[in-house]
Amino acid sequence: MSADATGTGGSAPDGVQPVGVQRPKGLFGVADTGDTSGFGGLVRAEPTPAEIPSSPEPLGGYFDEIVGALRELLGDDVTRAVVVDRGELTIHIAPDRTAEVCRAMRDDESLRFEFCASVSGVDYPDRRNRLHVVYHLTSMTYRRNVRLETAVGLDNPTVQSVTAVYPTADWQEREAYDMFGVVFEGHPHLTRILMPDDWEGHPQRKDYPLGGIAVEYKGAHIPPPDERRAYK
Amino acid sequence: MTATENAADAYAAERDTTEGRVYTVTGGDWDELVASVDPVSEERLIVNLGPQHPSTHGVLRLVCELEGETVRSVRPIVGYLHTGIEKNLEYRNWTQGTTFVTRADYLAPIFNETAYCLAVEKLLGIEAPKRANTIRVIMMELNRISSHLVALATTGMELGALSMMIYGFRDREYILDIFEAVCGLRMNMAYVRPGGVAQDLPANGVKMIRDFVDYMPKGLDDYEGLLTGNAIWQERTQGVGYLDVSGCLALGVTGPVLRSAGLAWDLRKTMPYCGYEEYDFEVPTHNGADAWARYVIRLAEIRESLKIISQGLDKLEPGPVMVEDKKIAWPAQLALGGDGMGNSLNHIRHIMSQSMEALIHHFKLVTEGFRVPAGQVYTSIEAPRGELGIHAVSDGGTRPFRIHMREPSFINLQSIPALAEGGLLADVIAGGASLDPVMGGCDR
Repeated sequence: MSADATGTGGSAPDGVQPVGVQRPKGLFGVADTGDTSGFGGLVRAEPTPAEIPSSPEPLGGYFDEIVGALRELLGDDVTRAVVVDRGELTIHIAPDRTAEVCRAMRDDESLRFEFCASVSGVDYPDRRNRLHVVYHLTSMTYRRNVRLETAVGLDNPTVQSVTAVYPTADWQEREAYDMFGVVFEGHPHLTRILMPDDWEGHPQRKDYPLGGIAVEYKGAHIPPPDERRAYK
Repeated sequence: MTATENAADAYAAERDTTEGRVYTVTGGDWDELVASVDPVSEERLIVNLGPQHPSTHGVLRLVCELEGETVRSVRPIVGYLHTGIEKNLEYRNWTQGTTFVTRADYLAPIFNETAYCLAVEKLLGIEAPKRANTIRVIMMELNRISSHLVALATTGMELGALSMMIYGFRDREYILDIFEAVCGLRMNMAYVRPGGVAQDLPANGVKMIRDFVDYMPKGLDDYEGLLTGNAIWQERTQGVGYLDVSGCLALGVTGPVLRSAGLAWDLRKTMPYCGYEEYDFEVPTHNGADAWARYVIRLAEIRESLKIISQGLDKLEPGPVMVEDKKIAWPAQLALGGDGMGNSLNHIRHIMSQSMEALIHHFKLVTEGFRVPAGQVYTSIEAPRGELGIHAVSDGGTRPFRIHMREPSFINLQSIPALAEGGLLADVIAGGASLDPVMGGCDR
């Protein structure tokens, strides 16, 4: 987007900025049109630094125990960043170590994260490593939750599959591939799951428009929603 | 194959045709060729169930490979009901989000809304008032009963117990009537909102719910009388669709299916939310790990839900049902007018003829919405089908940056091959029904 309604300058500030902060860009956060129909292509988050600032340690609660045990098992460099926010622990790890980390998280006696609750993707379009994969693990033994997060760029969107450790990740990784185009290395059959097999593009990416599919109905050509009405 | 013009055919006599020449497909290596592509010779049949089949709970497609009547492999294919709810959420404000998530698992709308609102509230760092939480619990438990009733009804229908279907849907109707009285809608109510609930219970609400709590146990006794002692029902469900605890955990299966395998994992007990720790109820478990055990568990859970509802009704104390912060709470008050539920006339009068600031505030909050501090959270609640999780990411704006629903139907359906392979074709249906998948939730 070119226009900057607030006139605060188009480029990102150089300093470190909190994760994912949106600078206001005029009414309703849109830049060029006042379209609030949802189809107008909203201006999204500002560029954010690739480096994620860690929370200061000690983290408090059981968080130190988890991070400590993980570092002891796999070395200090296994955690790229550790963030505690709103009472939740996020451990950022490298995309080629997800399987290894998950195995340690599942098997170690002091960790015991038996259950992989959720795998999801997030697209931060302005970051260098824009595609994030987020794992939510639950320890039923200790009743704890932890979030693992890894990030890859579009040039090599490869993350190690954790299906060998958590078979439940099978469909969820397929969904992340389908929606974001993250390629999970070692997945037994990485195919689309929610979208049709011959679909082009990855719909949950931020640069993929909502709507945007023209259809033909009884001989009439129905333009995609974002082209039906001009708000300009 | 050769077709010699005047050769005598060992199998078919010469005859005249109305047009063209007759070819016979014999001789050469034809038999061999046919044998090599004929699936019958391998005694394996590929049978496609669905996506439009009454026994597949909506648009689920199962591709079964059969050897006789034994299922050798099942491949579930999903996605036929994908409506892009998660993508759509990113183009609406945080309050409007409830109207989208409620349409995912359409048999458990209150759960979708509550999980979503708990996530938004956690991002905002606010908590709903006590009365709103109690109402949420009551509505969730009513919804759990209605969802379990549909599970019993559809399972009954698929296994030939048609009366169960009629009764299950009849009693669910009772609950939908309560929902209609409370929210104005029977399904997809968008009743739970960030910060509380859309409106307080109506004047006759508590009485309606109490009447239902009094009525339901009799119905449950009837179902048990219909099914539990029924030899056909037992034969069709016992030992069918077996999945033990380790299988459940590996495949991420939660809810009644996990509890039917013996693990008392219920988020209402283990990681309470909405004040569930204050209620006295049991988490029923079973050791069967089969479709029968899941039936028993669901019936027992309905009884526990009734206990929670009556405790919730006792707990109800007068108070606000929405946070007091006017920068978050929905500005309009709903009221029943001559043309149905809508903005209250008092509110309209206030913003249209008394206060310009109130009008601006109303307009800003309704069109633009409130801003949510940047960050990400994961909240999970115990939905009728298992753990329903919401992973919400905010970039600090008025619309969600990303919402992911960890849908129990989606996750649980992965276990269909584990449940069904090696069993009979008819047990695919029984096993699948015992998972109680809802495709609206699965495909989102």
